[in-house]
Amino acid sequence: MKELIDRIIVQQLGHDPQTWPMTQGLYLAAMLAVGAALTTFGAIFAGLLSWWERRIAARIQSRVGPNRVGPQGVLQFIADALKLILKEDLIPADSDHILFRIAPYFVMVGFILTFVVLPFGYRLSPTNMNVGLFYVVSITALVVVGILVSGWASNSKWSLFGGIRAAAQVVSYEIPAGMAILVPIIMSGSLNMHDIIRAQGGAPWDWFMFQTPWGYAAFFILFTAMLAEGNRTPFDLPEAESEIVAGYNTEYSGMRFGYFFLAEWGNLWVMSAVLSTLFLGGWQVPFVSMARLTAWEAAGHVPLWFYIASAVIFVAKVLVLINIIVWIRWTFPRIRVDQMMNLCWKYLVPIGLGLVILAAATELISFQWFGEAAKGQARVGSIRDTLHFAFFLIAGLVPFAAFVLKTRRNIYLVGDRVDLTNW
Amino acid sequence: MALDQLVMTKFGEGAGEEMILNMGPQHPSTHGVINFVVHADGEVMHKAVPQVGYLHRAIEKIGEIVTYPGFMPYTDRIDYLAAMFANEGYALAVEKLLGVEVPPPAQYLRAISCELNRIASHLISLGSMAMDIGAVTPFPYALRERESINDLLEALCGARLTYNYHRIGGVAFGMADDWAPLCRKWLDHFDRILDEWDRLISFNEIFIERLAGLAVIPLEMGIDYGLVGPNLRASGFEYDLRKAHPYGAYPDFNFKVPIGKAYAGAHRGGQVGDTFDRFYVRVLECRESVSIVRQALDKFPAGEFMAKVPRKIKPEAGEAQSRIESARGEMAYYVVSDGGERAYRVRARTGSFLAMGIIEELSKGLMIADLVALIASLDVVAPEIDR
Repeated sequence: MKELIDRIIVQQLGHDPQTWPMTQGLYLAAMLAVGAALTTFGAIFAGLLSWWERRIAARIQSRVGPNRVGPQGVLQFIADALKLILKEDLIPADSDHILFRIAPYFVMVGFILTFVVLPFGYRLSPTNMNVGLFYVVSITALVVVGILVSGWASNSKWSLFGGIRAAAQVVSYEIPAGMAILVPIIMSGSLNMHDIIRAQGGAPWDWFMFQTPWGYAAFFILFTAMLAEGNRTPFDLPEAESEIVAGYNTEYSGMRFGYFFLAEWGNLWVMSAVLSTLFLGGWQVPFVSMARLTAWEAAGHVPLWFYIASAVIFVAKVLVLINIIVWIRWTFPRIRVDQMMNLCWKYLVPIGLGLVILAAATELISFQWFGEAAKGQARVGSIRDTLHFAFFLIAGLVPFAAFVLKTRRNIYLVGDRVDLTNW
Repeated sequence: MALDQLVMTKFGEGAGEEMILNMGPQHPSTHGVINFVVHADGEVMHKAVPQVGYLHRAIEKIGEIVTYPGFMPYTDRIDYLAAMFANEGYALAVEKLLGVEVPPPAQYLRAISCELNRIASHLISLGSMAMDIGAVTPFPYALRERESINDLLEALCGARLTYNYHRIGGVAFGMADDWAPLCRKWLDHFDRILDEWDRLISFNEIFIERLAGLAVIPLEMGIDYGLVGPNLRASGFEYDLRKAHPYGAYPDFNFKVPIGKAYAGAHRGGQVGDTFDRFYVRVLECRESVSIVRQALDKFPAGEFMAKVPRKIKPEAGEAQSRIESARGEMAYYVVSDGGERAYRVRARTGSFLAMGIIEELSKGLMIADLVALIASLDVVAPEIDR
C-alpha cells in the first residue's frame, strides 16, 4: 500500500515522498478510502451471501427462496437491511444499556479489521504485514468479546446461555485452530500471508493441503475449528434456535441485530480466505511457476492479466469453500455442548499437536539431510513433486470422486435426476 | 436488587445454586403452548417440570353440549396432527352405544385414512425432532411428503387438516375410482423417500450420537407412567392395539409391530428405550403403515360406505368405551348416554398427556439441549395434552 502511494507520488505527481509535505495527508486519504472500500465490500459481500445462502438452503430443501427483489432476488439483502434500519432500536429496560449498545460493534470491528491483511490476489492486500496470520488470529478474538458482552448485557437467561456457550466454544477451538495454523507456518517458514502463498504453487498438488498428510489433516482441523469459531452448524450452539431461542442475540432488534448477522456472514469470507491462503495455494495461478513470477518481478514488470487471474482464482477458491460451509450448515444436525468440548480437547488438540510435531520434524530432517542447497536440486525436486502428485491423487481426487458418485447415486435413488436448470 | 438476591428471596434459601428458567409457553421447540420450568445449573438441569393447560378448550365439556354427530368436528381439534384417529375413536364409541355395524368398505376407508394420517403425523414428529436437534433440512422434506398426503386426503374427504371424515356408522364419502392409483403411486414414491430419510438423518452420525443412550425409559418405568404407543414400544414392549385388540379392518392386514431394539448400536451406548429408539420406531411404523395401506387398497371390498343410522341419533342409556391405536398411542373414548340427543359425558384419554408426566423424572441430569430432544421424542402435541 505504502509503496504504491510512494510510486504514485514519484511517477504521477513528480515529488519525492520523503520531502513532499503532502505525503502524510495522502497516506491518510488513501487509508480512509481503502478502509471505506473494504468495509463496504465486507458489508455488501455479507449481504449478498445472506441471499446466496438462503437460495442454496431453499434449493437443498426443495423450496424457492427469496426471488422477488431484483433479478432472482439478488437485492433481497437491501430490502432486509432497510427493514432492519427502519425498525425500532429496542433496548430492554433491565439491560446494561451501554454494553448492550456497543456489543454489536465489537463483533463488527473484529470482522472488518481482518481485511487489513487478507489478500484478494497477487499483491492485492491493504498491508503486507509480516505477522499477518498472527494478526488475523488475534483480531478475530474481538468477535467473542462482543458475543459475550451482548449475552451478559441483555439480562436475559437465554442470551446469557448463548454468550457463555460462545465464549467456551470459541476460546476452546482457538487452540486446535492455532495448532493447525502452525503447520503451514512451519512448512513455509513465514507468518506473512503472501509469503505463505508464495511457498505453495498453482497446481493442486503444490498446495499445502495436498503436499503432506499432516498438511491435509491440518486443513480439516482448521476447517472444523473455523466452523466452531464462526458459530456455524454443526457448532451453532451459541444461537441454537431450538434450545436457547436465539442465543446471545435474543434481545436484539433492528440494525444491531443485523450487525451480528452481517459479521457472521462476513466471517465466512474471512474463514475461507484464511483457509485458502494457508492450504489451497491462495492466489497462485496454475501453470505460472514461482520462477517465472520472480523473473517478472526482477524485470520490474508483472503483466496485468496475472493480477486479474490471481484475484479471480483466489475469489473462486473462497467461494467454493463458502459453498461447502453453507452445504454443511443445511445438512448436519447440531452437536451437544459436551460433545463439542470432547471433540476439541480429546481429538482436535492432541491431533493438532501431533501434526505440528510431525511437520516440524520433517522440516528439520529435510533441512538436516539435504540442507538448504539440496532443496533446489532437480532430482530431489522431482521425487518430491511425484510424491506430492501421488498424495494428491489419493487424498484429493479419490474422495472427490466418491463424493460426486455418492451424490449422484442419492439423487437417482429417489427417482430424481441431476438437474441444474430449475432455479 | 441484585439478581442472585432476587432469586434467593423469591425461591428460598439455597435456591441461588439453581437458575430457574421458564422454557415456554412461547419457545421454538416446546411443540405448542407448553411451559417447562427448568431448574438448571449451567447447562445441566436438575429437573424440568412441565406445566400443561395453556391450550385447554374444554372439548370434553363441549361433547356434552352438542349432539352426537355434532361433536365429530370437535374431535378433530383434539389432535390436529392426527385428526382421523380422534374421529375414529369417537365414532367407534358411539357405534358401540348404538349397536351399529359398520360396513366393510367404510372400515377399509377408515383404515386407509388413518394409516395415511399416521404417516403424516409421524413425519411431523420425525421432522420436528430433527429440527430440534439442529438439522433444519429434514423438516421441509417431511413437510413435502405430508403435503402429498394432505392432497390425497383432500381428494378423499375434502379437508387437509381437520378432516371430519369418519361418521357414526361409516365415513362421509366413498373412494373415487381414480383415487386408488393415485395413492398407490404416492406409496411407491414414499418407499424411496423413507430410504432417503434414513440416509439423510436417521443414519447421520451426529444425530445418532446425540440421541444414543439418552433419556432411556426402562420398560417398567414406561408402564408405570402409563406410556402408550411408539413411546412404549420403543422400550421393547410389543403392544399395539391394532394387534392386541383388533378393531375395524385391522384383522385383515398383515403387519409387524416395530419395537425398540437399541437401534443406535451398543458401541455408541444405545439402549432399548433411548431417544433414538423412539425416533427410529416411528420411521419403521411409517413403513408398516405403507404396507397396510397397500393391502387395504388390494383387498378393498365392494359395498356401502355408510351403515343405516337414524337421522336423529339417540342411543339408549348406557356407556361405551372405544380404544384405538392413534399415532400417539392408545386413544380411548368413554361416552355415557342418558338416552337423550346429547351425550351425558364424553371423555378422551390421550397419549401425550401421560407422556408429559414422565418428563420431570427423565429430565434429571440431562442437558438443556437434551430436554429438547426428549420432548420431541415423546411426540407430545399441545392440544392433545390439554384438550
